[in-house]
Amino acid sequence: MADPASGMMAGTGPPVLELDGIGVWLSGREVLRDVRFGIGPGEVVGLIGANGAGKTTIIRVVLGLLSPTSGRVLIAGRPRPRRNRSVGYVPQKISLDPEMPLRSRDLVALGLDGHRLGVPLPSRRRRELVDEMLRAVGATHFADARVGSLSGGEQQRVMIAHALISRPKLLLLDEPLANLDLRSEQEVVDLVARIAKDQGLAVLISAHDLNPLLPVVDRVVYVANGHVASGTTDEVVTSSVLTELYGHHVDVIRLHGRILVAASPGLSAERGELEDSIDGATAV
Amino acid sequence: MGGFWSHVVEPGFFQSQTVQVALLVGGVVAAISGVVGVFAVLRGQSFAGHAFGDISAAGGAGAFLLNISPLFGFLGMSLVAAGCMEAIGVRRVRGRDVATGVVLGAGLGTSALFLYFNTTLHSTSGAAISVLFGSLFAISTSTVPAVVASATGALAVVLLLYRPLLLSSVGDDIAASRGVAVRVTGAVFLMAMAATVALAAITIGAILSTALLVGPAATALRMTRRPSTAAVTAAVIGAAATWLGCLLAYDSYYWPPVDHGWPVSFCIVAVILISYLVVEAARSHRFRNASVRDGSEIRAAGVTPHLGAASDGGHDALGTSRTD
Repeated sequence: MADPASGMMAGTGPPVLELDGIGVWLSGREVLRDVRFGIGPGEVVGLIGANGAGKTTIIRVVLGLLSPTSGRVLIAGRPRPRRNRSVGYVPQKISLDPEMPLRSRDLVALGLDGHRLGVPLPSRRRRELVDEMLRAVGATHFADARVGSLSGGEQQRVMIAHALISRPKLLLLDEPLANLDLRSEQEVVDLVARIAKDQGLAVLISAHDLNPLLPVVDRVVYVANGHVASGTTDEVVTSSVLTELYGHHVDVIRLHGRILVAASPGLSAERGELEDSIDGATAV
Repeated sequence: MGGFWSHVVEPGFFQSQTVQVALLVGGVVAAISGVVGVFAVLRGQSFAGHAFGDISAAGGAGAFLLNISPLFGFLGMSLVAAGCMEAIGVRRVRGRDVATGVVLGAGLGTSALFLYFNTTLHSTSGAAISVLFGSLFAISTSTVPAVVASATGALAVVLLLYRPLLLSSVGDDIAASRGVAVRVTGAVFLMAMAATVALAAITIGAILSTALLVGPAATALRMTRRPSTAAVTAAVIGAAATWLGCLLAYDSYYWPPVDHGWPVSFCIVAVILISYLVVEAARSHRFRNASVRDGSEIRAAGVTPHLGAASDGGHDALGTSRTD
């Protein structure tokens, strides 16, 4: 496979995150094979693939929630410590009942010291940090609302504030755009890009559709069949690279600044999983 | 004035040692049940909490049979049940009800056996009523220090785990990624809950212990948006309901059927239920008024979460762009 993964660092500084030949087997099945890519400071990388392609598995490996069968995860050039709070994480969805008594500011504060034992004592510094973070993500006007009662886009903002308040070097967002309307989608993407540039944060953002991320991603990591191809959008999202990745002929069509990925006729009927992948990667 | 109060608070009420023990033990256990209950409801473990009450009854019945202190029976059985549930897999959302159900079934079966032996071998037929429905007025003075100490221990554990518990009720992955030992936290909380429910079972009976665990917590969760306030509110509601229940039970001696007081457990549960209904009614009244003024309040109340989120897209976008 044409592997644009090596020599991937577009930015200067050392990579904040580096995946070095990650392989994962889950219940006797190979889910990921030889996954390698890196993210530099201030870079936004899109992790693109269909549902079930392995995006969440990659994120869980980086978070240390899942041990890879082979390969290494390096954070700032060092093997990932078992408990590491230098990685911020925004999950795909949070299971919060609208009735749950947890305000936006409570959830953000938990990002600061949620792992600590004991009841938090009121602290002016803590309060100021929380207010500052809520302001940074534009969540001030729903700071005192129950998190469960907020819309999807508002919850994403609060979760981003929760993830960033401990000043991580790396931010992982798992399908943050799923279930958002178009406008919230755009706002979340812009917010993430702005924070990445302002704070020199490395961002890995997973999505099944690349198009909403196109204006902000520096590079993409495309996942299919447990393999990845990584590089700039122009390097990776091409007919030849994706055809090799999927193992079937794939057409890539660029239209009005959007990218449509489609299987050749006849192939999708042959392999259901291919059809899924194609659906997922196609802009609607 | 004095005449009215002497009708409400029977002269000698506070002097009676039985009442003093009941107020002390009942108040402490109810307050701590309230705090633990808030987390049980948040974590979706109310069913497990209820099961501990029923299962601890087997321990209580066993203690009657062996003629040992019921405290050790209730507490021991409940903790063993918590261990079994943890081993079967109560921490997984999908396995939760199964694990609880399996252990609950076994516990109730054992309970039936022990109560049967109590009735047939010892002819202590009062055991069943006392184990299942309890009586705050029948607690022996000698067990008071042990009950208060174990309840305080359970409270200390829950307060220690306050933040990790909140964080993992948002999501286990989020908590784990922040360095919380999710499995250990869950297991320790389960033990603390088992102990609390066992103590509640001694206090107002195995079957009614759920009322102390879930009732005040459910009421508190409707009254506040802050987790800490919810815990304190639940503790206050629990203790107040228990004290008021004691008072009513004492007064009920003069109610029909005359000269036969009503069970104190019933009085406590009735107060808890009424407080919940009052808060619920006040809340729906407030939201009906508020929703006329401001449509967004409807969404805050969770009445139409999905519709609200969709139709509020404009409001969301306006609000967020304002801050940029």
